[in-house]
Amino acid sequence: MFNFVKNRKYYFLVSTLVIVPGIVAMLFSLATTGAPVRLGIDFVGGSLFELQFSAPVTEDAIRDVFSQYGLQDVVLQELQPIEASMISGSRWQARTSFVEPEVTEEITAALSEQLAPLDKDATNVQQVSPTIGAEVTQAAVVAVVVATVVILLFIVFAFRQVPNAFRYGVCAIAAMIHDILVVMGVMSILGLLFGWEVDALFLTAMLTVIGFSVQDTIVVFDRIRENSRKRRGEDYEMLVNRSVLETIHRSLATQLNAFFIMAALLLFGGATIKQFVAILFIGMASGTYSSIFNAVPLLVSWEKGEIPLLSRGRRQQPA
Amino acid sequence: MSGHIRWLIVTIVVAVVSIWMVLPDNPGIHLDLNNDGKAEIARTIAIRPGLDLQGGLRVLLAADLPADQITAGDMETARRIVENRVNALGVVEPVIQLQEGANRIVVELPGISDPETAIATIRETGLLEFVDFSGLGDVSHLYGARILTTAQLEQQAARQQAQATTAPGEQQPTATPATPQPENTETTDANAPIVNPRTGQPFVTVMTGAGLQSAIAQVDRLGTEWVVNFTLNERGAEIFGDFTARHIGQPLAIVLDGVVISAPVIRDALTDGGTISGAFTQEEAQQLAVQLRYGALPVPLRVESVESVGPTLGRVSINRSIQAGVLGVITVLAFMLLYYRVPGITADVALLLFGIMNIALFKFIPVTLTLPAITGFLISVGTAVDGNILIFERIKEELRKGRKLNIAVEAGFDRAWTSIRDSNLSTIIICVILYLFGSTFGAGSVRGFAITLALGLVLNLFTAVIVTRTLLILVMQVAGDKLEHRMWWMGI
Repeated sequence: MFNFVKNRKYYFLVSTLVIVPGIVAMLFSLATTGAPVRLGIDFVGGSLFELQFSAPVTEDAIRDVFSQYGLQDVVLQELQPIEASMISGSRWQARTSFVEPEVTEEITAALSEQLAPLDKDATNVQQVSPTIGAEVTQAAVVAVVVATVVILLFIVFAFRQVPNAFRYGVCAIAAMIHDILVVMGVMSILGLLFGWEVDALFLTAMLTVIGFSVQDTIVVFDRIRENSRKRRGEDYEMLVNRSVLETIHRSLATQLNAFFIMAALLLFGGATIKQFVAILFIGMASGTYSSIFNAVPLLVSWEKGEIPLLSRGRRQQPA
Repeated sequence: MSGHIRWLIVTIVVAVVSIWMVLPDNPGIHLDLNNDGKAEIARTIAIRPGLDLQGGLRVLLAADLPADQITAGDMETARRIVENRVNALGVVEPVIQLQEGANRIVVELPGISDPETAIATIRETGLLEFVDFSGLGDVSHLYGARILTTAQLEQQAARQQAQATTAPGEQQPTATPATPQPENTETTDANAPIVNPRTGQPFVTVMTGAGLQSAIAQVDRLGTEWVVNFTLNERGAEIFGDFTARHIGQPLAIVLDGVVISAPVIRDALTDGGTISGAFTQEEAQQLAVQLRYGALPVPLRVESVESVGPTLGRVSINRSIQAGVLGVITVLAFMLLYYRVPGITADVALLLFGIMNIALFKFIPVTLTLPAITGFLISVGTAVDGNILIFERIKEELRKGRKLNIAVEAGFDRAWTSIRDSNLSTIIICVILYLFGSTFGAGSVRGFAITLALGLVLNLFTAVIVTRTLLILVMQVAGDKLEHRMWWMGI
């Protein structure tokens, strides 16, 4: 039987190599901007443009002009008076990150020139507050912490018949934290390199990744639970190895299905959700990796006393 | 055997009901129980898209006081109060932003059917007063009457000053003319506010809603009437305790926006709180509690413009994404069919039913569909497929060990169950926690996501396990002999 768990040190190394640059980016970002990732208008507020064009203008055309000024994450909405009789030309509102007044004038001039003349009286730009207050962000973080503790308890309970049930919970949580770090790190790097900003959808992507991560880990753990009942006395490493090999088809098939949906959205979906889907995609790939290559090998390492701080319960194992 | 027939019937019934609900022009449920031509139970069944997908109503509120009388803190408080009120309206996922420097608040409300009510609740200053009615004897005839009070006079004076000092050009011009002042419609009625008949002067306001700490709508002790119970803050306790102690036996009016709600007789000095009763309906009591709880606005707000807004994600973007999502799901269906063959067909049927049931529930509950909510749904599609993959992989394992087909199928379901149960349960736990936090902190998108994901997971337990199993056993009964030695058809 292929010994899959044997190479665990390399899996941990791969994870470390992925996570460390992310952590460095987050620290750099924290030192320069005060936040580990680049925060978008949803979190820090920004500028609100109200634009009144004298002729119909398309969403894509406006988006193009804004991107000429480096504003990629513009939230564009068409405005219409409630009484339909008043419609003339087209009226839009655009939410962007903060724009200096001089640049604002350049942008409105460019819009006027390239698309359709703007009605000066009905066009204005204001600074606006964030839509997601600090308390919401804080609540989300607390929710994740609470969820982590409850999930830990749940796993310990669900695996209570297996020796050292607590370790299963800890390893699943460790894999989850791995995924959080991967996603945050990648987002931080993309923020530094390409100006990707974290918005309300990122919060959702993060929560999805957390849910998926735990779910994926539990499926593999479930096999270990079953096999440890069926094959008492088998070497733990062999047992775990067997369990992973037995579930790997399922892991791949499931990941492949998730991949189909996300790939379709990435390739053919609208521009405004691409960042969201990309982050989701990275997070779910990380979730699959961490279940098989982190959570499970970690169990074996713990069992063998290889984890520095947790080596008290070291057992004698033939090398 | 009969068990499977029973589940087959359940499945068919569920499918028919779901398909009926999903029909695009579903008429909703209208039940006329006592044949009077009026439907007692009227329920529309329709998809409710959120602000990001469909857009909604954009209300621009402007402070109705001169700029030098407003602090940034006031505007932030006003924004928060508006936000709380909008959330209490039950509108899911509104956008409420402050326009700095302009003293304006942008409120965007998804899919509101009645703009009038929404606007009224948002800008309602909710002036609650406790008014001195002592020496008037029986005051029940004043219930529902509009009275003039000292607090109202103060507020009016401030407002007039604001209008006088707002010079043209000082404010940012806007495209739409400001909507008519709601005050106009309120004062058109012939009855001018009543003054105190004993003094000929306006009634004296003892305390405004600012003295309240909290308020909650409850059914009274007899369980027959809706009332609002309130508690006082420190300053309120001082004023109110003092006044009530000196006026025991006298009536005290509770006045909301100039209208007398009730005027109970003071029985005791009230220093910590009390009850407002006034033959409220449940909705009225709850609305009053909301107004009291979130206080009167520190700044009077006027509605500057009301417009409809397009989706925040962009119409083009959404159409493309929906097409892409459909394409993705078709790919998943094709994959299941090609990779698992006969079981794959049953999984595809179960998955389609899963989708229809989900959409039916979104319409029925109704769930506000936003991108996070749809993501929750798509993820649950993923886990629905995962459930079947877990089962089919187990069946294949058993077949490879040389088990007979029907035994392998049964074993596959039994073995996969614990991991489907535990993995789904863990995610449902996460959903519950997210939902609780989402509702507490007004993080609507988090809540929508949690609802659709949890809904999907629960339905998934039904479709992935029961529906697929029923269908697969049906197939075995019909074509089991032919499949027994043709393992290719079982995905091997």
